[in-house]
Amino acid sequence: MKEAQEFVWMGAIPLQIHLHESEVTTVPPPPPALILAPRIGYLPLLLPLIKPYFSSTLPPGVDTVWFEYKGLPLKWYIPTGVLFDLLCAEPERPWNLTIHFRGYPSHLLIPCEGEDSVKWNFINSLKEADYIINGNCKNVMHMSQSDQLELWNSVVNANLEAFIRSSSKLKSGTIEDDYASKSSLSSQKSQKMIGEADTSVQTKTGKVPVRLYVWNVSEDFGDMEDAPPIDSWDRISYVNRPLEIHREEGKCFTLHDAIKTLLPELFGKKRKPKGEGNISQPLETGSTADDDPEIKLLRIQGIEPKLETPISWVANHLRHPENFLHVCVYIKVPSAKSL
Amino acid sequence: MNESAWDGTLSASEFSASAQAFAEKWKLNNPAYPPWTWVKSLEVPIFATNQVEEGYLSLENVCIVKSNDDEVASCVEGEASLYDKEDEESTDSATLSGNDNVQPYYFDFHIIYSASFRVPVLYFRAYCSDEAYPSALLSNQVFLADGRSLGLNEIESVLPANSAKVLLESKWTFITQEEHPYLNRPWCKLHPCGSSDWMKLLFQAVEKVDRPAMELYLVSWFSVVGPVIGLGIPIQMLKEP
Repeated sequence: MKEAQEFVWMGAIPLQIHLHESEVTTVPPPPPALILAPRIGYLPLLLPLIKPYFSSTLPPGVDTVWFEYKGLPLKWYIPTGVLFDLLCAEPERPWNLTIHFRGYPSHLLIPCEGEDSVKWNFINSLKEADYIINGNCKNVMHMSQSDQLELWNSVVNANLEAFIRSSSKLKSGTIEDDYASKSSLSSQKSQKMIGEADTSVQTKTGKVPVRLYVWNVSEDFGDMEDAPPIDSWDRISYVNRPLEIHREEGKCFTLHDAIKTLLPELFGKKRKPKGEGNISQPLETGSTADDDPEIKLLRIQGIEPKLETPISWVANHLRHPENFLHVCVYIKVPSAKSL
Repeated sequence: MNESAWDGTLSASEFSASAQAFAEKWKLNNPAYPPWTWVKSLEVPIFATNQVEEGYLSLENVCIVKSNDDEVASCVEGEASLYDKEDEESTDSATLSGNDNVQPYYFDFHIIYSASFRVPVLYFRAYCSDEAYPSALLSNQVFLADGRSLGLNEIESVLPANSAKVLLESKWTFITQEEHPYLNRPWCKLHPCGSSDWMKLLFQAVEKVDRPAMELYLVSWFSVVGPVIGLGIPIQMLKEP
Protein backbone atom coordinates (compact mmCIF):
# COMPACT_ATOMS: atom_id res chain seq x y z
CA MET A 1 0.00 0.00 0.00
CA LYS A 2 2.81 2.34 0.92
CA GLU A 3 4.51 1.97 -2.45
CA ALA A 4 1.33 2.84 -4.29
CA GLN A 5 0.77 5.83 -2.05
CA GLU A 6 4.29 7.02 -2.71
CA PHE A 7 3.73 6.63 -6.43
CA VAL A 8 0.61 8.74 -6.21
CA TRP A 9 2.12 11.43 -3.98
CA MET A 10 5.27 11.79 -6.02
CA GLY A 11 3.38 12.13 -9.28
CA ALA A 12 3.95 15.53 -10.84
CA ILE A 13 3.11 17.39 -14.03
CA PRO A 14 5.67 19.66 -15.64
CA LEU A 15 3.92 22.95 -16.42
CA GLN A 16 4.95 25.74 -18.72
CA ILE A 17 2.94 28.75 -17.65
CA HIS A 18 2.50 31.70 -19.94
CA LEU A 19 1.22 35.08 -18.86
CA HIS A 20 -1.76 36.10 -20.94
CA GLU A 21 -0.66 38.59 -23.56
CA SER A 22 -3.20 41.19 -22.47
CA GLU A 23 -1.41 41.46 -19.14
CA VAL A 24 2.11 41.84 -20.45
CA THR A 25 3.27 45.43 -20.13
CA THR A 26 6.97 45.00 -20.75
CA VAL A 27 9.02 44.41 -23.86
CA PRO A 28 10.23 41.79 -24.38
CA PRO A 29 7.51 39.73 -22.74
CA PRO A 30 8.59 37.59 -19.81
CA PRO A 31 9.52 33.99 -20.54
CA PRO A 32 7.11 31.33 -19.33
CA ALA A 33 7.47 29.91 -15.85
CA LEU A 34 8.51 26.27 -15.66
CA ILE A 35 6.96 24.62 -12.64
CA LEU A 36 6.67 21.02 -11.51
CA ALA A 37 3.17 20.67 -10.08
CA PRO A 38 2.20 17.83 -7.75
CA ARG A 39 -0.62 15.76 -9.23
CA ILE A 40 -2.47 15.71 -5.92
CA GLY A 41 -2.20 19.47 -5.53
CA TYR A 42 -4.18 22.41 -6.85
CA LEU A 43 -3.20 25.13 -9.29
CA PRO A 44 -3.78 28.16 -7.00
CA LEU A 45 -1.26 26.71 -4.55
CA LEU A 46 1.46 27.22 -7.14
CA LEU A 47 1.05 30.97 -7.12
CA PRO A 48 3.95 31.73 -4.77
CA LEU A 49 6.22 29.90 -7.21
CA ILE A 50 4.77 31.54 -10.31
CA LYS A 51 4.24 35.13 -9.27
CA PRO A 52 7.93 36.14 -9.12
CA TYR A 53 8.25 35.40 -12.83
CA PHE A 54 5.61 37.93 -13.75
CA SER A 55 5.17 40.47 -10.98
CA SER A 56 7.29 43.12 -12.64
CA THR A 57 5.31 43.02 -15.84
CA LEU A 58 1.73 43.04 -14.59
CA PRO A 59 -0.53 46.03 -15.14
CA PRO A 60 -1.59 47.91 -12.00
CA GLY A 61 -4.50 46.44 -10.09
CA VAL A 62 -5.53 43.73 -7.70
CA ASP A 63 -4.63 40.13 -8.50
CA THR A 64 -7.49 37.75 -9.25
CA VAL A 65 -5.63 34.70 -10.44
CA TRP A 66 -7.04 32.12 -12.78
CA PHE A 67 -5.65 29.54 -15.19
CA GLU A 68 -6.72 28.59 -18.63
CA TYR A 69 -5.92 25.80 -21.11
CA LYS A 70 -6.66 26.47 -24.78
CA GLY A 71 -9.31 28.97 -23.86
CA LEU A 72 -10.96 26.84 -21.20
CA PRO A 73 -10.93 28.45 -17.73
CA LEU A 74 -9.73 25.79 -15.32
CA LYS A 75 -11.74 24.81 -12.26
CA TRP A 76 -9.28 25.44 -9.48
CA TYR A 77 -10.76 22.92 -7.06
CA ILE A 78 -10.06 19.96 -9.34
CA PRO A 79 -6.66 18.43 -8.53
CA THR A 80 -3.96 19.34 -11.06
CA GLY A 81 -3.35 15.73 -12.11
CA VAL A 82 -7.04 15.19 -12.79
CA LEU A 83 -7.24 18.31 -14.97
CA PHE A 84 -4.25 17.07 -16.94
CA ASP A 85 -5.63 13.54 -17.37
CA LEU A 86 -8.97 14.89 -18.48
CA LEU A 87 -8.05 17.75 -20.78
CA CYS A 88 -4.96 16.33 -22.47
CA ALA A 89 -6.07 13.29 -24.39
CA GLU A 90 -2.53 13.01 -25.64
CA PRO A 91 -0.36 13.99 -22.66
CA GLU A 92 1.46 17.21 -23.37
CA ARG A 93 4.82 17.60 -21.68
CA PRO A 94 5.35 20.24 -20.52
CA TRP A 95 1.70 21.16 -20.19
CA ASN A 96 1.23 24.66 -21.57
CA LEU A 97 -1.13 26.72 -19.47
CA THR A 98 -1.99 30.40 -19.49
CA ILE A 99 -2.21 32.36 -16.29
CA HIS A 100 -4.30 35.47 -15.79
CA PHE A 101 -3.99 37.94 -12.95
CA ARG A 102 -6.92 40.08 -14.00
CA GLY A 103 -10.43 39.66 -15.31
CA TYR A 104 -11.62 36.71 -13.26
CA PRO A 105 -14.51 35.00 -15.09
CA SER A 106 -16.93 35.16 -12.18
CA HIS A 107 -19.83 34.03 -14.30
CA LEU A 108 -18.07 30.73 -14.90
CA LEU A 109 -15.78 30.02 -11.97
CA ILE A 110 -16.51 30.15 -8.28
CA PRO A 111 -14.31 32.67 -6.53
CA CYS A 112 -10.89 31.69 -5.27
CA GLU A 113 -9.36 33.84 -2.61
CA GLY A 114 -6.02 32.11 -2.39
CA GLU A 115 -4.97 29.16 -0.29
CA ASP A 116 -7.84 29.49 2.18
CA SER A 117 -10.42 28.83 -0.51
CA VAL A 118 -8.57 25.73 -1.65
CA LYS A 119 -8.16 24.49 1.92
CA TRP A 120 -11.83 25.03 2.68
CA ASN A 121 -12.79 23.12 -0.41
CA PHE A 122 -10.41 20.29 0.50
CA ILE A 123 -11.76 19.97 4.04
CA ASN A 124 -15.31 19.93 2.75
CA SER A 125 -14.47 17.16 0.31
CA LEU A 126 -12.83 15.28 3.16
CA LYS A 127 -16.08 15.62 5.16
CA GLU A 128 -18.10 14.46 2.21
CA ALA A 129 -15.88 11.40 1.79
CA ASP A 130 -16.11 10.76 5.52
CA TYR A 131 -19.88 10.87 5.30
CA ILE A 132 -19.91 8.48 2.38
CA ILE A 133 -17.55 6.00 4.05
CA ASN A 134 -18.85 6.20 7.63
CA GLY A 135 -22.35 7.59 7.39
CA ASN A 136 -21.37 10.72 9.30
CA CYS A 137 -18.74 13.45 9.35
CA LYS A 138 -17.63 12.83 12.91
CA ASN A 139 -14.05 11.88 12.11
CA VAL A 140 -13.35 15.13 10.36
CA MET A 141 -15.47 17.26 12.67
CA HIS A 142 -13.60 15.94 15.67
CA MET A 143 -10.23 16.80 14.28
CA SER A 144 -8.82 19.82 16.02
CA GLN A 145 -8.10 22.94 13.98
CA SER A 146 -4.40 22.38 14.33
CA ASP A 147 -4.67 18.76 13.18
CA GLN A 148 -6.70 19.84 10.18
CA LEU A 149 -4.10 22.47 9.40
CA GLU A 150 -1.32 19.91 9.71
CA LEU A 151 -3.18 17.60 7.35
CA TRP A 152 -3.73 20.40 4.88
CA ASN A 153 -0.12 21.52 4.99
CA SER A 154 1.02 18.00 4.24
CA VAL A 155 -1.06 18.17 1.06
CA VAL A 156 0.24 21.62 0.13
CA ASN A 157 3.78 20.36 0.50
CA ALA A 158 3.02 16.93 -1.01
CA ASN A 159 4.64 15.46 2.08
CA LEU A 160 3.46 11.89 2.42
CA GLU A 161 5.14 11.19 5.76
CA ALA A 162 3.46 14.17 7.36
CA PHE A 163 0.18 13.19 5.76
CA ILE A 164 0.31 9.67 7.13
CA ARG A 165 1.00 11.04 10.61
CA SER A 166 -1.85 13.55 10.41
CA SER A 167 -4.36 11.24 8.86
CA SER A 168 -3.85 8.55 11.46
CA LYS A 169 -6.27 10.66 13.49
CA LEU A 170 -8.78 10.29 10.72
CA LYS A 171 -10.15 6.83 10.26
CA SER A 172 -10.40 6.81 6.52
CA GLY A 173 -11.30 3.18 6.09
CA THR A 174 -10.39 0.81 3.34
CA ILE A 175 -12.42 -1.31 1.06
CA GLU A 176 -11.88 -4.92 1.83
CA ASP A 177 -10.62 -7.32 -0.71
CA ASP A 178 -13.33 -8.92 -2.76
CA TYR A 179 -12.36 -12.44 -2.03
CA ALA A 180 -12.69 -12.07 1.71
CA SER A 181 -15.73 -12.77 3.81
CA LYS A 182 -19.11 -11.84 2.40
CA SER A 183 -20.56 -10.55 5.61
CA SER A 184 -18.19 -7.68 5.74
CA LEU A 185 -20.60 -4.95 4.74
CA SER A 186 -21.55 -4.32 8.32
CA SER A 187 -18.50 -5.84 9.90
CA GLN A 188 -16.55 -3.75 12.30
CA LYS A 189 -13.44 -5.89 12.12
CA SER A 190 -10.45 -4.05 10.86
CA GLN A 191 -8.68 -5.76 8.04
CA LYS A 192 -4.98 -5.47 7.54
CA MET A 193 -3.58 -5.22 4.12
CA ILE A 194 0.08 -5.77 3.48
CA GLY A 195 2.12 -2.83 4.63
CA GLU A 196 -0.88 -0.92 5.86
CA ALA A 197 -1.01 1.21 8.96
CA ASP A 198 -2.93 -0.18 11.91
CA THR A 199 -5.36 2.64 11.97
CA SER A 200 -7.37 1.59 8.95
CA VAL A 201 -10.93 0.63 9.67
CA GLN A 202 -13.48 -1.25 7.68
CA THR A 203 -15.75 1.01 5.70
CA LYS A 204 -19.13 0.80 7.35
CA THR A 205 -21.29 1.61 4.43
CA GLY A 206 -19.52 -0.31 1.68
CA LYS A 207 -19.56 2.83 -0.40
CA VAL A 208 -16.62 4.39 -2.17
CA PRO A 209 -16.30 8.14 -2.74
CA VAL A 210 -15.82 8.61 -6.48
CA ARG A 211 -15.75 11.60 -8.78
CA LEU A 212 -16.19 10.66 -12.37
CA TYR A 213 -15.45 13.03 -15.24
CA VAL A 214 -17.01 11.76 -18.44
CA TRP A 215 -16.33 13.07 -21.87
CA ASN A 216 -18.80 11.76 -24.39
CA VAL A 217 -16.80 11.71 -27.57
CA SER A 218 -19.14 11.97 -30.48
CA GLU A 219 -16.57 11.69 -33.19
CA ASP A 220 -14.31 8.81 -33.89
CA PHE A 221 -10.64 9.35 -33.66
CA GLY A 222 -7.79 6.98 -34.04
CA ASP A 223 -5.00 8.54 -32.06
CA MET A 224 -5.44 10.53 -28.93
CA GLU A 225 -3.58 13.30 -30.72
CA ASP A 226 -6.57 13.75 -32.99
CA ALA A 227 -9.04 14.10 -30.18
CA PRO A 228 -10.89 17.39 -30.42
CA PRO A 229 -10.06 19.79 -27.60
CA ILE A 230 -12.56 20.33 -24.84
CA ASP A 231 -13.75 23.88 -25.29
CA SER A 232 -16.40 24.04 -22.61
CA TRP A 233 -17.12 22.36 -19.30
CA ASP A 234 -20.60 21.64 -20.63
CA ARG A 235 -19.02 18.89 -22.73
CA ILE A 236 -17.92 17.06 -19.60
CA SER A 237 -20.42 15.22 -17.46
CA TYR A 238 -19.46 15.27 -13.83
CA VAL A 239 -20.80 12.42 -11.74
CA ASN A 240 -20.36 12.84 -8.01
CA ARG A 241 -22.08 9.82 -6.64
CA PRO A 242 -20.88 7.22 -4.15
CA LEU A 243 -20.10 3.88 -5.70
CA GLU A 244 -21.91 1.01 -4.06
CA ILE A 245 -20.02 -2.21 -4.30
CA HIS A 246 -22.03 -5.34 -4.86
CA ARG A 247 -20.28 -8.44 -3.77
CA GLU A 248 -21.15 -11.74 -5.32
CA GLU A 249 -19.57 -14.91 -4.13
CA GLY A 250 -16.57 -15.89 -6.19
CA LYS A 251 -16.82 -12.82 -8.36
CA CYS A 252 -14.66 -9.79 -8.25
CA PHE A 253 -16.16 -6.31 -8.50
CA THR A 254 -13.95 -4.77 -11.10
CA LEU A 255 -13.20 -1.27 -12.28
CA HIS A 256 -15.32 -2.00 -15.34
CA ASP A 257 -18.23 -3.04 -13.12
CA ALA A 258 -17.78 0.19 -11.21
CA ILE A 259 -18.07 2.35 -14.33
CA LYS A 260 -21.15 0.46 -15.43
CA THR A 261 -22.70 0.92 -11.99
CA LEU A 262 -22.04 4.63 -12.06
CA LEU A 263 -23.37 5.09 -15.59
CA PRO A 264 -26.22 2.60 -15.88
CA GLU A 265 -28.10 4.61 -18.47
CA LEU A 266 -25.25 4.19 -20.87
CA PHE A 267 -24.65 0.52 -20.47
CA GLY A 268 -27.91 -0.91 -21.67
CA LYS A 269 -28.91 -2.96 -18.69
CA LYS A 270 -32.46 -2.50 -17.68
CA ARG A 271 -33.20 -3.01 -14.04
CA LYS A 272 -35.87 -4.78 -12.14
CA PRO A 273 -36.79 -2.54 -9.23
CA LYS A 274 -35.20 -4.43 -6.43
CA GLY A 275 -34.49 -1.82 -3.85
CA GLU A 276 -31.86 0.80 -3.55
CA GLY A 277 -28.78 0.55 -5.66
CA ASN A 278 -28.96 -3.10 -6.65
CA ILE A 279 -27.98 -4.37 -10.05
CA SER A 280 -30.26 -7.17 -11.04
CA GLN A 281 -29.72 -9.61 -13.84
CA PRO A 282 -30.05 -7.95 -17.20
CA LEU A 283 -33.36 -8.54 -18.83
CA GLU A 284 -33.52 -10.03 -22.26
CA THR A 285 -33.62 -6.73 -24.03
CA GLY A 286 -31.87 -7.98 -27.07
CA SER A 287 -29.05 -5.60 -26.48
CA THR A 288 -25.67 -6.96 -27.32
CA ALA A 289 -22.19 -5.91 -26.44
CA ASP A 290 -22.15 -3.90 -29.67
CA ASP A 291 -24.78 -1.59 -28.28
CA ASP A 292 -22.67 -0.81 -25.27
CA PRO A 293 -20.78 2.42 -25.27
CA GLU A 294 -17.09 2.06 -25.81
CA ILE A 295 -14.70 3.17 -23.13
CA LYS A 296 -12.04 4.77 -25.25
CA LEU A 297 -9.87 5.86 -22.37
CA LEU A 298 -9.89 5.60 -18.61
CA ARG A 299 -7.28 7.40 -16.54
CA ILE A 300 -6.69 7.49 -12.82
CA GLN A 301 -3.60 9.23 -11.40
CA GLY A 302 -2.16 9.33 -14.88
CA ILE A 303 -2.29 5.60 -15.42
CA GLU A 304 -4.74 3.50 -17.40
CA PRO A 305 -5.57 0.57 -15.14
CA LYS A 306 -6.85 -2.60 -16.73
CA LEU A 307 -10.61 -2.66 -16.52
CA GLU A 308 -10.47 -6.06 -14.84
CA THR A 309 -8.62 -4.61 -11.85
CA PRO A 310 -10.57 -5.13 -8.62
CA ILE A 311 -12.19 -1.86 -7.63
CA SER A 312 -11.06 -2.36 -4.04
CA TRP A 313 -7.45 -2.19 -5.14
CA VAL A 314 -8.03 0.86 -7.32
CA ALA A 315 -9.92 2.74 -4.62
CA ASN A 316 -7.51 1.92 -1.83
CA HIS A 317 -4.34 2.68 -3.76
CA LEU A 318 -5.20 5.46 -6.17
CA ARG A 319 -7.39 7.74 -4.13
CA HIS A 320 -6.52 11.37 -3.49
CA PRO A 321 -5.69 12.74 -0.02
CA GLU A 322 -9.31 13.78 0.54
CA ASN A 323 -10.27 10.12 -0.01
CA PHE A 324 -11.99 10.56 -3.33
CA LEU A 325 -11.12 8.44 -6.33
CA HIS A 326 -11.05 10.75 -9.37
CA VAL A 327 -11.66 8.92 -12.64
CA CYS A 328 -11.45 10.45 -16.12
CA VAL A 329 -13.30 8.54 -18.81
CA TYR A 330 -13.67 9.12 -22.52
CA ILE A 331 -16.72 7.26 -23.74
CA LYS A 332 -18.05 6.89 -27.24
CA VAL A 333 -21.78 6.33 -27.22
CA PRO A 334 -23.08 4.49 -30.29
CA SER A 335 -25.16 6.86 -32.39
CA ALA A 336 -28.19 4.57 -32.28
CA LYS A 337 -28.51 5.15 -28.59
CA SER A 338 -30.09 8.38 -27.53
CA LEU A 339 -30.63 9.58 -24.01
CA MET B 1 -35.30 -0.87 4.70
CA ASN B 2 -33.52 -1.86 7.88
CA GLU B 3 -35.12 -1.65 11.27
CA SER B 4 -32.52 0.55 12.88
CA ALA B 5 -33.45 4.10 13.78
CA TRP B 6 -34.06 6.43 10.90
CA ASP B 7 -31.03 8.56 10.21
CA GLY B 8 -32.83 11.53 8.72
CA THR B 9 -31.89 10.78 5.13
CA LEU B 10 -33.76 9.64 2.07
CA SER B 11 -32.93 7.73 -1.10
CA ALA B 12 -32.85 9.13 -4.62
CA SER B 13 -36.15 7.52 -5.55
CA GLU B 14 -37.76 8.74 -2.31
CA PHE B 15 -36.54 12.21 -3.17
CA SER B 16 -38.15 12.08 -6.61
CA ALA B 17 -41.46 10.91 -5.16
CA SER B 18 -41.30 13.46 -2.37
CA ALA B 19 -40.51 16.22 -4.85
CA GLN B 20 -43.62 15.42 -6.79
CA ALA B 21 -45.74 15.46 -3.64
CA PHE B 22 -44.17 18.75 -2.58
CA ALA B 23 -44.78 20.40 -5.94
CA GLU B 24 -48.40 19.30 -5.93
CA LYS B 25 -49.05 20.57 -2.43
CA TRP B 26 -47.32 23.84 -3.23
CA LYS B 27 -49.47 24.37 -6.28
CA LEU B 28 -52.59 23.66 -4.29
CA ASN B 29 -51.75 25.81 -1.29
CA ASN B 30 -49.65 28.58 -2.76
CA PRO B 31 -51.60 29.70 -5.81
CA ALA B 32 -50.07 33.14 -5.69
CA TYR B 33 -46.65 31.67 -6.39
CA PRO B 34 -45.40 30.15 -9.60
CA PRO B 35 -45.26 26.37 -9.36
CA TRP B 36 -42.11 24.36 -8.81
CA THR B 37 -41.11 22.52 -11.94
CA TRP B 38 -39.21 19.26 -12.21
CA VAL B 39 -36.17 19.56 -14.43
CA LYS B 40 -34.98 16.22 -15.72
CA SER B 41 -31.27 15.84 -15.64
CA LEU B 42 -31.44 13.72 -18.74
CA GLU B 43 -31.63 17.02 -20.50
CA VAL B 44 -28.07 17.51 -19.41
CA PRO B 45 -25.53 15.31 -21.15
CA ILE B 46 -25.06 11.78 -19.77
CA PHE B 47 -26.46 11.41 -16.37
CA ALA B 48 -26.33 8.42 -14.16
CA THR B 49 -29.59 7.38 -12.70
CA ASN B 50 -30.74 4.48 -10.67
CA GLN B 51 -34.16 3.20 -11.48
CA VAL B 52 -35.75 6.57 -11.50
CA GLU B 53 -35.40 9.61 -13.60
CA GLU B 54 -33.02 11.92 -11.96
CA GLY B 55 -33.88 15.56 -11.76
CA TYR B 56 -34.36 18.51 -9.50
CA LEU B 57 -37.04 21.02 -8.49
CA SER B 58 -36.82 24.50 -9.86
CA LEU B 59 -38.52 27.75 -8.93
CA GLU B 60 -37.27 30.78 -10.74
CA ASN B 61 -37.78 34.51 -10.93
CA VAL B 62 -39.17 34.82 -7.45
CA CYS B 63 -39.10 38.36 -6.27
CA ILE B 64 -38.06 38.97 -2.70
CA VAL B 65 -38.60 42.47 -1.54
CA LYS B 66 -36.75 43.76 1.46
CA SER B 67 -37.59 47.10 2.94
CA ASN B 68 -35.26 48.99 5.18
CA ASP B 69 -37.36 47.96 8.15
CA ASP B 70 -36.00 44.47 7.70
CA GLU B 71 -39.35 43.13 6.76
CA VAL B 72 -39.29 40.68 3.98
CA ALA B 73 -42.24 40.02 1.81
CA SER B 74 -42.20 37.72 -1.12
CA CYS B 75 -44.05 38.87 -4.10
CA VAL B 76 -44.74 37.11 -7.26
CA GLU B 77 -43.35 38.09 -10.58
CA GLY B 78 -44.74 35.19 -12.54
CA GLU B 79 -43.61 35.57 -16.11
CA ALA B 80 -41.62 38.71 -15.42
CA SER B 81 -38.32 38.93 -17.14
CA LEU B 82 -35.16 40.21 -15.55
CA TYR B 83 -35.48 43.71 -16.85
CA ASP B 84 -39.17 44.16 -16.49
CA LYS B 85 -39.31 46.54 -13.57
CA GLU B 86 -42.68 47.91 -14.54
CA ASP B 87 -44.41 44.62 -13.92
CA GLU B 88 -47.07 44.84 -11.31
CA GLU B 89 -46.44 42.94 -8.16
CA SER B 90 -49.05 40.75 -6.64
CA THR B 91 -48.46 40.35 -2.96
CA ASP B 92 -49.38 37.52 -0.69
CA SER B 93 -50.91 38.07 2.67
CA ALA B 94 -47.82 39.81 4.03
CA THR B 95 -48.11 43.51 3.51
CA LEU B 96 -45.33 45.74 2.44
CA SER B 97 -44.62 48.47 4.88
CA GLY B 98 -45.41 51.22 2.46
CA ASN B 99 -41.81 52.25 2.66
CA ASP B 100 -40.41 53.56 -0.59
CA ASN B 101 -36.98 52.16 0.10
CA VAL B 102 -37.66 48.74 -1.31
CA GLN B 103 -35.24 46.99 -3.57
CA PRO B 104 -36.54 44.06 -5.50
CA TYR B 105 -34.27 41.08 -5.73
CA TYR B 106 -35.00 38.06 -7.87
CA PHE B 107 -34.13 34.58 -6.82
CA ASP B 108 -33.85 31.28 -8.60
CA PHE B 109 -34.16 28.21 -6.36
CA HIS B 110 -33.21 24.67 -7.18
CA ILE B 111 -33.72 21.76 -4.82
CA ILE B 112 -31.23 19.10 -5.79
CA TYR B 113 -30.62 15.68 -4.30
CA SER B 114 -27.17 15.02 -2.88
CA ALA B 115 -26.19 11.41 -3.44
CA SER B 116 -23.29 11.78 -1.02
CA PHE B 117 -25.31 13.09 1.93
CA ARG B 118 -28.64 11.54 0.94
CA VAL B 119 -30.54 14.75 1.61
CA PRO B 120 -31.98 17.56 -0.51
CA VAL B 121 -29.79 20.60 -0.95
CA LEU B 122 -30.98 24.10 -1.77
CA TYR B 123 -29.09 25.99 -4.42
CA PHE B 124 -30.02 29.52 -5.28
CA ARG B 125 -28.84 32.62 -6.99
CA ALA B 126 -30.01 36.16 -6.72
CA TYR B 127 -29.98 39.09 -9.04
CA CYS B 128 -31.04 42.63 -8.98
CA SER B 129 -32.67 44.14 -11.96
CA ASP B 130 -32.53 47.62 -10.59
CA GLU B 131 -29.86 49.14 -12.70
CA ALA B 132 -29.67 52.14 -10.45
CA TYR B 133 -28.17 50.01 -7.73
CA PRO B 134 -24.57 51.07 -7.34
CA SER B 135 -22.32 48.24 -8.36
CA ALA B 136 -19.64 49.45 -5.98
CA LEU B 137 -21.69 48.05 -3.13
CA LEU B 138 -21.85 44.60 -4.61
CA SER B 139 -18.92 42.47 -3.60
CA ASN B 140 -17.85 39.16 -5.06
CA GLN B 141 -20.16 39.69 -7.95
CA VAL B 142 -21.48 36.71 -9.72
CA PHE B 143 -22.74 37.52 -13.16
CA LEU B 144 -25.50 35.99 -15.13
CA ALA B 145 -25.14 35.89 -18.85
CA ASP B 146 -27.75 38.55 -19.38
CA GLY B 147 -28.01 40.52 -16.21
CA ARG B 148 -26.22 41.44 -13.10
CA SER B 149 -26.49 39.18 -10.12
CA LEU B 150 -25.57 39.37 -6.52
CA GLY B 151 -22.62 38.14 -4.64
CA LEU B 152 -22.70 36.15 -1.48
CA ASN B 153 -22.32 39.09 0.90
CA GLU B 154 -25.12 40.91 -0.79
CA ILE B 155 -27.41 37.92 -0.67
CA GLU B 156 -26.86 37.55 3.05
CA SER B 157 -27.84 41.16 3.50
CA VAL B 158 -31.08 40.59 1.63
CA LEU B 159 -32.20 37.68 3.73
CA PRO B 160 -34.46 38.20 6.72
CA ALA B 161 -32.34 39.62 9.50
CA ASN B 162 -33.10 36.75 11.83
CA SER B 163 -32.11 34.11 9.42
CA ALA B 164 -28.93 35.88 8.46
CA LYS B 165 -27.99 35.82 12.11
CA VAL B 166 -29.01 32.20 12.42
CA LEU B 167 -26.99 31.35 9.37
CA LEU B 168 -23.86 33.02 10.53
CA GLU B 169 -24.00 31.52 13.97
CA SER B 170 -25.51 28.17 13.29
CA LYS B 171 -23.39 25.11 13.14
CA TRP B 172 -26.01 23.43 11.05
CA THR B 173 -26.59 25.62 8.08
CA PHE B 174 -24.53 28.09 6.22
CA ILE B 175 -24.36 29.46 2.75
CA THR B 176 -21.43 29.13 0.45
CA GLN B 177 -20.75 29.78 -3.19
CA GLU B 178 -20.26 26.58 -5.06
CA GLU B 179 -20.69 25.19 -8.48
CA HIS B 180 -24.16 24.03 -9.45
CA PRO B 181 -23.96 20.23 -9.85
CA TYR B 182 -25.40 20.31 -13.37
CA LEU B 183 -25.13 23.81 -14.77
CA ASN B 184 -21.39 24.56 -14.52
CA ARG B 185 -22.03 27.96 -13.01
CA PRO B 186 -21.45 29.41 -9.56
CA TRP B 187 -24.55 29.31 -7.37
CA CYS B 188 -25.11 29.71 -3.68
CA LYS B 189 -25.70 26.59 -1.68
CA LEU B 190 -27.18 25.95 1.73
CA HIS B 191 -24.91 23.38 3.28
CA PRO B 192 -26.30 19.90 3.75
CA CYS B 193 -24.01 18.55 6.44
CA GLY B 194 -26.46 18.92 9.30
CA SER B 195 -29.69 18.33 7.36
CA SER B 196 -30.15 14.72 8.37
CA ASP B 197 -29.65 15.65 12.03
CA TRP B 198 -32.32 18.29 12.15
CA MET B 199 -34.70 16.31 9.95
CA LYS B 200 -34.46 13.47 12.42
CA LEU B 201 -35.10 15.83 15.33
CA LEU B 202 -37.96 17.48 13.51
CA PHE B 203 -39.78 14.26 13.04
CA GLN B 204 -39.14 12.93 16.48
CA ALA B 205 -40.01 16.14 18.29
CA VAL B 206 -42.75 17.58 16.17
CA GLU B 207 -44.35 14.66 14.43
CA LYS B 208 -43.53 12.27 17.23
CA VAL B 209 -42.82 9.50 14.82
CA ASP B 210 -39.59 7.65 14.35
CA ARG B 211 -39.87 7.58 10.63
CA PRO B 212 -41.87 9.85 8.38
CA ALA B 213 -43.96 8.99 5.39
CA MET B 214 -41.21 9.76 2.93
CA GLU B 215 -43.51 11.63 0.60
CA LEU B 216 -43.72 14.34 3.23
CA TYR B 217 -39.98 14.66 3.61
CA LEU B 218 -39.60 17.66 1.34
CA VAL B 219 -42.54 19.53 2.78
CA SER B 220 -41.07 19.25 6.25
CA TRP B 221 -37.59 20.00 5.01
CA PHE B 222 -38.79 23.11 3.25
CA SER B 223 -40.67 24.30 6.32
CA VAL B 224 -37.26 24.76 7.92
CA VAL B 225 -35.24 25.85 4.93
CA GLY B 226 -37.80 28.06 3.22
CA PRO B 227 -38.01 30.82 5.84
CA VAL B 228 -34.23 31.11 5.82
CA ILE B 229 -34.44 32.35 2.27
CA GLY B 230 -37.62 34.31 2.68
CA LEU B 231 -40.07 31.72 1.40
CA GLY B 232 -42.49 30.64 4.04
CA ILE B 233 -44.99 27.94 3.36
CA PRO B 234 -48.60 28.11 4.36
CA ILE B 235 -49.49 25.98 7.34
CA GLN B 236 -51.97 24.01 5.24
CA MET B 237 -49.13 22.41 3.38
CA LEU B 238 -47.93 20.71 6.52
CA LYS B 239 -51.23 19.03 7.13
CA GLU B 240 -52.20 15.74 5.65
CA PRO B 241 -54.30 16.13 2.51
